[in-house]
Amino acid sequence: MSFFDGFPVMEADTLTALKKAIDGGFRAFTREFGATVEDFFLPLRSFLIFVERLLVTTPWPVVLLVIAGLVYLASRSLRLVAGAVVALMAIGYFGMWEDTMRTLAMIVVATLMSVAIGIPLGILMAWSARARAVLLPVLDVMQTMPSFVYLIPVVMLLGIGKVPGLIAVVIYAAPPIIRLTNLGIRLVDKDVLEAADAFGASAWQKLGKVQLPLALPTIMAGINQTIMAALSMVVVASMIGVQGLGQPVLKAIANQYFTLGVFNGFAIVGIAIIFDRTSQAFGRRLQKHREAEHA
Amino acid sequence: MPESRTSIEIRNVYKLFGPYPDRFIEAVRDSGMNKAELLERHNHVLGLSNVSLDIEAGHIQVIMGLSGSGKSTLIRHINRLIEPTAGEVIVGGTDVRALSPSELRAFRRTSAAMVFQKFALLPHRTVLGNVVFGLEIRGVPREAQMETARRWIDRVGLAGFEDKYPSQLSGGMQQRVGLARALANDAPILLMDEAFSALDPLIRLDMQAILLDLQAEVRKTVVFITHDLDEALKIGDRVAIMQDGELVQQGRPEDIVLSPATAYVEDFVRHVNRGRVVKLSALARPESGAPAALRLPAALPLADAALRLVEARLSFADVTDGNGAVVGRVDLDDVVRTLARSTGETAGSNGPPARLAG
Repeated sequence: MSFFDGFPVMEADTLTALKKAIDGGFRAFTREFGATVEDFFLPLRSFLIFVERLLVTTPWPVVLLVIAGLVYLASRSLRLVAGAVVALMAIGYFGMWEDTMRTLAMIVVATLMSVAIGIPLGILMAWSARARAVLLPVLDVMQTMPSFVYLIPVVMLLGIGKVPGLIAVVIYAAPPIIRLTNLGIRLVDKDVLEAADAFGASAWQKLGKVQLPLALPTIMAGINQTIMAALSMVVVASMIGVQGLGQPVLKAIANQYFTLGVFNGFAIVGIAIIFDRTSQAFGRRLQKHREAEHA
Repeated sequence: MPESRTSIEIRNVYKLFGPYPDRFIEAVRDSGMNKAELLERHNHVLGLSNVSLDIEAGHIQVIMGLSGSGKSTLIRHINRLIEPTAGEVIVGGTDVRALSPSELRAFRRTSAAMVFQKFALLPHRTVLGNVVFGLEIRGVPREAQMETARRWIDRVGLAGFEDKYPSQLSGGMQQRVGLARALANDAPILLMDEAFSALDPLIRLDMQAILLDLQAEVRKTVVFITHDLDEALKIGDRVAIMQDGELVQQGRPEDIVLSPATAYVEDFVRHVNRGRVVKLSALARPESGAPAALRLPAALPLADAALRLVEARLSFADVTDGNGAVVGRVDLDDVVRTLARSTGETAGSNGPPARLAG
């Protein structure tokens, strides 16, 4: 009755051969196309370096002022502006300004990329049942696969550095915006869509004048989630050479530097809160029309 | 504004809801399978069954029926928001079924504007933003959009509310926005799908008055859906009554009231106040002999006519048209008989009330 004693396993030799074959195949692919893939991401690399340099080399008071201005424009809340300025000054005072700027650059670029990829994919999912059937399991994998696992092929292809780090961050951070764009468009009132049809709107007119504006609050929630997801990947990305607040944390873990870890950890929390409150306040401001005067 | 010349012909339209309507259309059309059989045997719903209706240009055609009678399905065939399974819909000489997708969009932009039961306004746009919507879709220059929109906002009594959002308005005001949005498109056809059904009774009377007032000015071909018989009789130049996807009767309001075609229609009209709905013209018979001492307009409701005759202590009067020319004669006896029959028959009946909530 050996059948019941242990799960019937594939022959060890076959399993090893299988693993070897896949690894070999991927390695061959890497050798063949590694350079091409790297060239493909070259513009992205330049952009990332540009943003990073901009934030790091611009004098800190200017950066502080610009961030305060952006927070105010998005939220129209002086309390939030004051909070952001205090948090950033504390970060600078504790000697983490440059690392914070590098992390900020990474988050900004990763969020822009996620939005640029995510909103069109979300629209596609809302429009086509087939696209949704294909994309949903892909999104599940992107969100649940341990990030270290997809770091392996990314690093094999692109080596260690900013771009593989960025790709890892985007893989984890893009699903929320894709999902919530899809959801937002699907939740648009059917009666309003029918009215748009009755007035002869084309598919693009419906998208631009009805679906996206009505889905905007949901899409904004997706962008918020995407930013938070990107921030949570900072430490993981630092493992493959991304500079910023993640590297001191990594060093602190390796050497049991408690204070170093806590300081940098709080710096990450600080910018997370600034991003979160600001984007939420912006999302609420977009929904002003929902405040009914008549009940 | 010129009277709309666009008439609508609906010919032998069938609509089956379900995954394979084409498979069962013949059974319904040629073998006479009914709604219940179709549902039980093939799990398809018969939405419309052999509906034919001619809608006159420049008039208000009311389509009345209970929920599920197919009236909302029928109105959506006119601008092809719903495709017929079989039959023809011809609007102003154009076969709506034959339009390509881009022709259909052009048709909807220019030929038929629609007003919805649940208003279906864009919540993120102001009143002005909502009213320009159709013009924006059509690509009208911004200046002209604004001008037209402001004119119609003014016309429906919403001046001063241009910058409010729909959520800040009451239901009646929201539907005025819906009406202004449809009228701004200046389409010859106005489709109104239970447009006033969601409104409070008083507001509804208000909106009916606005519609009749506007119609006297713009003379569009209006298709008006309702489940309220009083509303149907008040608004309609013609009334069509639907039941279970079939058209059971059509005609002038007084035809429906005076000679209901089926027991179903009779149940509906039993409680109607004939004195207000039926006009003197319905009872006028060819004139004979010397002129009568009293002249009454043909459009006078029977109740008023009866009162005038009694007050004048006369037993008959001449009926005059809009220009004052005598077109016939009525007897007080006929008037009283017609009035009395309505009340006499209602005693002890168990039929549904004339006004039904939907």
